Amino acid sequence: MQKMLTIISNVLRGSASRNGAELVSEGARVVVSARTYADFTPQATFDIKKCDLHKLEEGPPLQAVLTREEGLQYYRTMQTMRRMELKADQLYKQKIIRGFCHLYDGQEACAVGIEAGINLSDHLITAYRAHGYTLTRGGTVREIMAELTGRRGGIAKGKGGSMHMYTKHFYGGNGIVGAQVPLGAGVALACKYLGKNELCVCLYGDGAANQGQIFETYNMASLWKLPCIFICENNKYGMGTSVERAAASTDYYKRGDFIPGLRLDGMDVLCVREATKFAAEHCRSGKGPILMELQTYRYHGHSMSDPGVSYRTREEIQEVRSKSDPISMLKDRMLSNNMASVEELKEIDVEVRKEIEDAAQFATTDPEPPLDDLCNHIFYNDHPMEVRGINPWSKLKSVS
Amino acid sequence: MAYLRSILRSGKNAVPAVLRREFHRTLPAAVQQVTVRDAIKEALDEELERDERVFLLGEEVALFEGAYKVTRGLWKKYGDKRIIDTPITEIGFTGIAVGAAMAGLRPVVEYMSFNFSMQSVDHIINSAAKTYYMSGGLQPVSIVFRGPNGAAPGVAAQHAQCFAAWYGHVPGLKVVSPWSAEDAKGLLKSAIRDDNPVVFLENEIMYSVPFEMSEESQSKDFLIPIGKAKIERKGNHVTLVSHSHVVSRCMDAAAVLAKDGIECEVINLRTIRPMDMEAIETSVMKTKHLITVEGGWPQFGVGGEILARIMEGPGFSYLNAPAVRVTGVDIPMPYAKHLEENTLPQIKDIVFSVKKTLNV
Repeated sequence: MQKMLTIISNVLRGSASRNGAELVSEGARVVVSARTYADFTPQATFDIKKCDLHKLEEGPPLQAVLTREEGLQYYRTMQTMRRMELKADQLYKQKIIRGFCHLYDGQEACAVGIEAGINLSDHLITAYRAHGYTLTRGGTVREIMAELTGRRGGIAKGKGGSMHMYTKHFYGGNGIVGAQVPLGAGVALACKYLGKNELCVCLYGDGAANQGQIFETYNMASLWKLPCIFICENNKYGMGTSVERAAASTDYYKRGDFIPGLRLDGMDVLCVREATKFAAEHCRSGKGPILMELQTYRYHGHSMSDPGVSYRTREEIQEVRSKSDPISMLKDRMLSNNMASVEELKEIDVEVRKEIEDAAQFATTDPEPPLDDLCNHIFYNDHPMEVRGINPWSKLKSVS
Repeated sequence: MAYLRSILRSGKNAVPAVLRREFHRTLPAAVQQVTVRDAIKEALDEELERDERVFLLGEEVALFEGAYKVTRGLWKKYGDKRIIDTPITEIGFTGIAVGAAMAGLRPVVEYMSFNFSMQSVDHIINSAAKTYYMSGGLQPVSIVFRGPNGAAPGVAAQHAQCFAAWYGHVPGLKVVSPWSAEDAKGLLKSAIRDDNPVVFLENEIMYSVPFEMSEESQSKDFLIPIGKAKIERKGNHVTLVSHSHVVSRCMDAAAVLAKDGIECEVINLRTIRPMDMEAIETSVMKTKHLITVEGGWPQFGVGGEILARIMEGPGFSYLNAPAVRVTGVDIPMPYAKHLEENTLPQIKDIVFSVKKTLNV
């Protein structure tokens, strides 16, 4: 009996883990294997908040079905994202990460919920607070962290840094506020042109939402019916400027004017997922673009050089942490519906911690890119060329 | 007939001396007279036909057939999907074009004038030029930005700036500046087939000018490599390096100087970046005298770059006189005809500079 229970719990754990992490101690295993698969609720239905609608007759459903597998996967991904960002904070303070570093902790439900509502074959582009999306779009923690530390094993070979990470169908990581929005609409144009029923998710923040080029993009995306989901991650502050001080209208979901919009709770991964599914259906049916505003929050300041407390109170940050944390919300839902055990989630935490530690270890020990690589990747698919160095006698080589 | 029309329309100075001298000769059967405008259109047509992923976008490119009629007939042939009229929103449509390029299409963006590209410069540089490098080789951007650049008669300050030096400054961009019809066709085809961002600087004065197109250049696979200059006229006494419409002036000045026994070697740069310094150096080693001639402003211009490289390279020790630049006057372009004429290099300015350099 004991052996059978162990086998079953191993299978469960194997399917839940992303990279087959080692099992924990004997004691914990004995406790977990006392519960069988039949003990956990395989799925549950949750009420989710109604979305505010703009130029839409109907919105996303008011209930979401969550399976145990989905729940564990969202939990693991959000936890990985959280721990990865906190580790980046640590490495930055140790001066191992330099330059700009914009952390995503607090906003995990947005990235995870959006990815859950689309396919990997769809496309996504965001601004500089991009580590979480690099992860959901297929990047590994190792290559993300090594890019932050500027090593050759980084996702962009150490050439890009925090704001310039790319994967398949993920176009970064963009440093110029608002620029990613027309780029994303361009990707959507390519989707429509090539006729593959793919769409592009195009993210921007409350700060970027006032950019002129975004309104130019709304116009063209709507005119040409581009399959584009515009998503405003409203975390209430554009760097140090609160939304009330930057925008004449803070109803970001209405700013698309002729584009239908939704405003929803960006701290609830199920809300985000259901709204994304709704939006994706809208785009894929050829109706053109749609706009989503996710109300969310970042725990860190704008970047690592901003403590984040000169324009907001510590009480506010603490309140969000205790009442609306996306990971806690999911955890509470799963535990109170018997979809997972405390120990099981703790085990995931341990595995995640280990993954982050390993990645950080790699990111700090991997060597920097070689000097030979300095001038490479200027042009694609081109013959090798000479690049002028710092003085006239310095002739450097560049290959594609 | 087209030749006569062009003399009347753009004035005597715009017609290359080469054609003027050969006016009375009958052209060989396979050679055709093609205007720069038509050569550009041929290139666009052939590349649209060759590759499904190529498409054009810009203001008035479709229904209106192009503000300068460069894209005449293309929308009728290829339709809405491939020839797209945009609203007057440069930064927006440039960003959209770059995004489409990132996702695998091959857009050709038209600016009604490169002066309007200033609104889009963030996307040309930060979204297009730098991306392949920043991504460590993960994300190429195959895109062409084309349109008229530099001086045009009577358009005044905001519509007459030359952007060769601005874009030539940026690593990750290729910058092309054709002169003749053959240049325009061969280089535009190369630009569209190039997998990298290319800025293609045309010129409105040249659009109506006809040139002989060899039989070879009429082929659908005729390409001119980006990065190679062309010697338009051989000579032993002084090297004139130029690009775009100013090459015509150099050719005219060379004809005038020839009467005084001074033979100029006229180099048509064809590409601003990467620049063909080898061609310039080889020429300087022969002539021992260098003058760069451009329509753009002097400070931090194309000529400044050429002179700096000559100083730093093997050509310097061959010079018998300091290399100099002939440029546009360092002012915004005025409107009145007489003032405008005195803002851009004329034949007399080039002749004067050559004689000064040669000390004759």
